[in-house]
Amino acid sequence: MPDFALRTLGDQLINGLVIGNVYALIAIGLALIFGVANLINFAHGSVYMVGAYVGWVAVMWLGWPLAPTFVAVAVVCAALGVLIERFGLRHLQSQARIAPLLATIGISFALDQLVQIIFSPNPQAFSSPLPATRIALGGVSIGALDLLIAAITFAVAAVLFGFLRFTRLGWALRATAQDREAAQQMGVDVDGINALTFAVASVLGGIGGVMIGMYFTSVYPTMSYGAMLKGFAANLLGGLGSVPGAVVGGLLLGLIETFGVALLGSTYRNLFTFVILIGVLVLRPTGLFGARRALPPEPLTGTFVASSRPVRIPAWLVGAALVAAILLPFIATDPYLLQILTSAWLFGMLALSITLVTGAAGQMSLGQAGFLAIGGYASALLTMRLGLPVEASLLLGAVLAAALGTLLTWPVFRLRSQYVALATLGIGEVINQIILNWEDLTNGPLGLSNIPPLTFLGLPITQNVPIYWAALAVLAIAALFQWRLMQSHLGRTWRAMREDDVAARAFGISLNRYKALAFIASGLVAGLSGAFTAHMYSYINNETFAATTSILGLTMVILGGMGNLAGAVVGAIALTALPEVFRPLADARYLIYGIVLLLLVRFRPQGLLGTV
Amino acid sequence: MLSLEGVETFYGPLQVHFGVSLRVEPGEIVCLLGGNASGKSTTMKVILGLVKPRAGRVVFDGRPISGLPTPEIIRRGIGSVPESRRIFPDMTVRENLLMGAYTRRDRDEVRRDYERMLELFPRLRQRLNQRGGVLSGGEQQMLAMARALMGRPKLLCMDEPTMGLSPLFVDRVLELIRRVNQQGVTVFMVEQNANLALQIAHRGYVLQNGHIVLEGAAGELLGSPEVRDAYLGGGDGR
Repeated sequence: MPDFALRTLGDQLINGLVIGNVYALIAIGLALIFGVANLINFAHGSVYMVGAYVGWVAVMWLGWPLAPTFVAVAVVCAALGVLIERFGLRHLQSQARIAPLLATIGISFALDQLVQIIFSPNPQAFSSPLPATRIALGGVSIGALDLLIAAITFAVAAVLFGFLRFTRLGWALRATAQDREAAQQMGVDVDGINALTFAVASVLGGIGGVMIGMYFTSVYPTMSYGAMLKGFAANLLGGLGSVPGAVVGGLLLGLIETFGVALLGSTYRNLFTFVILIGVLVLRPTGLFGARRALPPEPLTGTFVASSRPVRIPAWLVGAALVAAILLPFIATDPYLLQILTSAWLFGMLALSITLVTGAAGQMSLGQAGFLAIGGYASALLTMRLGLPVEASLLLGAVLAAALGTLLTWPVFRLRSQYVALATLGIGEVINQIILNWEDLTNGPLGLSNIPPLTFLGLPITQNVPIYWAALAVLAIAALFQWRLMQSHLGRTWRAMREDDVAARAFGISLNRYKALAFIASGLVAGLSGAFTAHMYSYINNETFAATTSILGLTMVILGGMGNLAGAVVGAIALTALPEVFRPLADARYLIYGIVLLLLVRFRPQGLLGTV
Repeated sequence: MLSLEGVETFYGPLQVHFGVSLRVEPGEIVCLLGGNASGKSTTMKVILGLVKPRAGRVVFDGRPISGLPTPEIIRRGIGSVPESRRIFPDMTVRENLLMGAYTRRDRDEVRRDYERMLELFPRLRQRLNQRGGVLSGGEQQMLAMARALMGRPKLLCMDEPTMGLSPLFVDRVLELIRRVNQQGVTVFMVEQNANLALQIAHRGYVLQNGHIVLEGAAGELLGSPEVRDAYLGGGDGR
């Protein structure tokens, strides 16, 4: 029936444009912040989510009409944006660009969890107070909400255009984005402009959040993360930091996503975003239309490694700690404690793997959970489908994680700093999406159950204490492996690359090869941890190794000190165990993680034990 | 009008200025000369508040300004022509000019000054709607000067105004500086090219490794063998 096909086509078009409008709003905000503060604002999605909740409270609890609702959203979000800029980011202006980026991740964790604590993690129904009637227009039906969203987006875009083009403050904002120091010398209060930019961007994000909440008739705390990535994909598509580019990119992304979902199914929705994100970053980092300039230069290498003298830990202390850890099960028999420590050992391996690429080699990786996932799924499937013994599948899983992970990360090697962070995050998500969608292999969202237990010399390990020892042993081996690497010629080369990649290249170091080696070594360790986890739990799905795990691992590394092996383990123990020790806080663990990250970046960027 | 009194500055552990003192009287053109890494550009940054001195102070118009934020210092009447000009590349020439009057509220007067600038720098009139980034180096220098003058400064601070310009434009820029000065604007400039700067300056200081090693009237400095010895840059290379 061609008529039917035409109708759905038309409806899809409307649908795509409406969603695209909202993406455009989010992208404009990110573009403004990127332009003025040269920062990828990971907290933007959380502001959008807060906006959605403010709107939900106003409409569903207070029964407000739309106009005051939007005003309330704008006021709350503007205030939130100013607070984020003033207390979260302003002190970090002189630091490497990655420091404020990490701070925004911390802020985003904290905001998401706060909303979750206040309103519960469950989705809340959100029905718009608009009439539900739809107008039929030549085979296409348009609802009142569709029109409202389009009208608001265009109004906002027009107001913003006028503001930037014709007002004194708008000029100051553009001048600050183009040349901060020169703007200062014209008498522009650039800190004030920064705050203003965050306020404006946050208002746009918050309004986008309300509209999406009404459009999909629900709000939920985790809506933040995807929105931020979509906003950024849209922004990249149109050219980083370009406001008109953000509009076009947003609309394009909305259309691509809607038609893609119509063709392939709704589980593919996010895959498009991440493929676009990585594709544009790697192939055409200036965006589809922004041919004029290359990516804004990033100072030296990306990771922020504060200069400090690492705390020297004598060998006997490491030995004593290891012996104490081995003997612990004889003294403390509480199974709960052992479980927590077991998971600390596994997180320790994740932290080790991150500290290698991020701390030692200077590649800010936010996609490390992808390595865990490959290791876990590979090892589980090798035993379940091919009947391999678990000892072999663990190792093969680690090797596969290293190989596949490094291969997937390869295109990112040409990027630096913030862009590496964004791209690795995208790659982690792509791995997650592949697992979700490759149902024949991975069982999709249902996950793999009945994974064979860990074995040692053919004997199954299912008791708490042997699992604890096994995890400890694997961690110790991984740490030793990495320690040897760091002492070698390879370790020195990585650090040279981290300190100054241009100089390292001038000395004849092939950067790509050494980056690959770092990711391979890191992938081995992470893959082993993921594989171990899979057999220990006997069940995994795509959410076992979520993106938050990557960021949690990174926080552990920063807590312990970048590139510091002992620090990684200490950080893992601290962040795994602390929320459990303070049991009442366990529900707020991501709030704690977020705040810890924020405070660390601000007050102790070298971590507890110092960077190496 | 402007004086630096015993200024000492540091970049981390590295000391840049060792008790630098200098004076600019109203109506003068004063140039600060020095070779690479002598600390001259940092001197400019100290005056503009972009670098805070660890000891000593900067006094402008009888009031200390060291420690104030840059926008406040600009508001007190200092105009800045930054090193390598720093035109806003994606704003039009017109927008660049008006950005110079950012601190002013007297709209009518601003409009009058805008017209005056276009008379003083006729070349800019033909380029009003072009982006600042596409202008030639000489045109950008003129735009930077005009932009700074749009703030109606009492003191115009210029950092290396002749750097990177063709000889033709160098002479024109120097002539413009002299003209602006004759209209009542005090000028303080930092220059590497001593012979050029001393042609139009009334007085000069020579900065070497963070110390003022020589000062005097431009004529004396121009003729003095000490400048040639103490100061390595200069017109010979031109």
